[in-house]
Amino acid sequence: MCGIVGLYLKNQTLENQLGSMFAPMLEAMTGRGPDSAGFAIYGDQAQEGSTKITLRHPDLEYDWDTLAHHAQTHLAVNVAFNRNHNAAVFKMATDAKTANAYFATHAPEVALLSAGQSIEILKAVGLPGDISSDFNLTSMQGSHIIGHTRMATESAVTLEGSHPFSTGQDLCLVHNGSFSNHNRLRTELAYHGYQMKTENDTEVAAGYLTWRMDQGDTLDQSLQHALQDLDGFYTLAIGTKNGFAVIRDPIACKPAVLAETDDYVAMASEYQALTSLVNIEHARIWEPEPATIYSWQRDSQQG
Amino acid sequence: MQSINLAEHSVRQLNQLLHDQYNHLDERQWDVSQTSGQHNIACGLNQNLEVNIHGHVGYFCAGMNQLAYVTVHGNAGQGVAENMMSGTVHVKGDASSAAGATAHGGLLIVDGNTGARCGISMKGCDIVVKGNVGHMSCFMAQAGTLVVCGDAGEALGDSLYETVIYVKGKVQSLGADCIEKPVTEKHLKKLKKLLKSAGAEEDPAQFKRYGSARQLYNFKVDNAY
Repeated sequence: MCGIVGLYLKNQTLENQLGSMFAPMLEAMTGRGPDSAGFAIYGDQAQEGSTKITLRHPDLEYDWDTLAHHAQTHLAVNVAFNRNHNAAVFKMATDAKTANAYFATHAPEVALLSAGQSIEILKAVGLPGDISSDFNLTSMQGSHIIGHTRMATESAVTLEGSHPFSTGQDLCLVHNGSFSNHNRLRTELAYHGYQMKTENDTEVAAGYLTWRMDQGDTLDQSLQHALQDLDGFYTLAIGTKNGFAVIRDPIACKPAVLAETDDYVAMASEYQALTSLVNIEHARIWEPEPATIYSWQRDSQQG
Repeated sequence: MQSINLAEHSVRQLNQLLHDQYNHLDERQWDVSQTSGQHNIACGLNQNLEVNIHGHVGYFCAGMNQLAYVTVHGNAGQGVAENMMSGTVHVKGDASSAAGATAHGGLLIVDGNTGARCGISMKGCDIVVKGNVGHMSCFMAQAGTLVVCGDAGEALGDSLYETVIYVKGKVQSLGADCIEKPVTEKHLKKLKKLLKSAGAEEDPAQFKRYGSARQLYNFKVDNAY
């Protein structure tokens, strides 16, 4: 089943409320996905030339200080981090490739959840409400956020299988449904040099979009290709550094509702998840058409 | 009139109160507020009640309805009035997919648009949609009438049995075994009556009629047992 939700702010003055607006939306989808939950939030950007990395270690007492210190000495670059429950967000004055390689070699016990300049992914196994309070979602700020509540179908209930998945810098998607051709696509992506980390079908979809965008596709073009190449039942909400998009497969079996006001665009599997939003009673509310791309983009100057 | 606020009562409590009217009718008019898109509101009614629901509703609103007149002053989620037997369900906004699915009788009115598969497998109800319907509407529909005042999406009436479809606007494509058929006086009369009962001010002469060509497997006598 699964529930997906997304919130994209058009009005920048609301950015300090993003987390508090979004937390009830995520929690409202508990019925559709009580196994695990997670979200990808875009905000608190790293400086140009720096990389922002989300890391996780199951041990709440994990010594992030030592890791940050070691990274700083080893790479000879500035490293700062914030601890958040069992995760830590590192900002490092280097590129993503160097940072990724460093953690893979020197801290293999740490899971790398996202890399980019703006994205931060936090997820866990358990009830959405618990996960939201563990990571203190209500206090978080940013420009847009997408989230997922999982009822597992294609792979086991583990942290590795929980969503969202990010396979490229600042790119993330959440998915309700299932892909029937994910094994073949996984092989094809591997052929192009994109190695997936899990057996999960959603990761393959994320990997597919990463590959397309690396080939020079815009967000909309990559989704146009996805409609051709992804087979299955799906509703997707996608986040990029500056953009937010929603698509449904041509059969449109998996639900989706969109709402738009002057202040925000909100998406959810069910209308229930939108009822807590300010001014929702005056929003334009509609069901996205099958095989149609809905996207919103901030111009990059606004960041 | 009795008013129920769903911020204070559960949907289960509301539905129980409405079902209690089956054995002992002492209140015909009900007002429901603070719906917050919850599922299964006013399901399984079996009494001549008038239920006004203020706000958007989730899945299966007024499902299995018998006798009651249910009005949704908002949008409805998937499967509104699914398996309705009799009575009337009126959605003032839009309805999601599978509106009126498998419904045997009664009238479903949607003032806005519906999503995909409107009237899928309907078995005798009448549906009047004042806006557009999505793809695969009336898929395998067996009896009853669908009237669309706007446009219809792809594969309208795929694998249709005896349901009759009237569309005023464009039909993106017809499904397997669904064809356009002539509109006779008899059809105009019936359509006029339906449009009137739905409060749709449309000229029946502007509608085209679609039905089954009766060429698929089930219609071949050689395939009969």
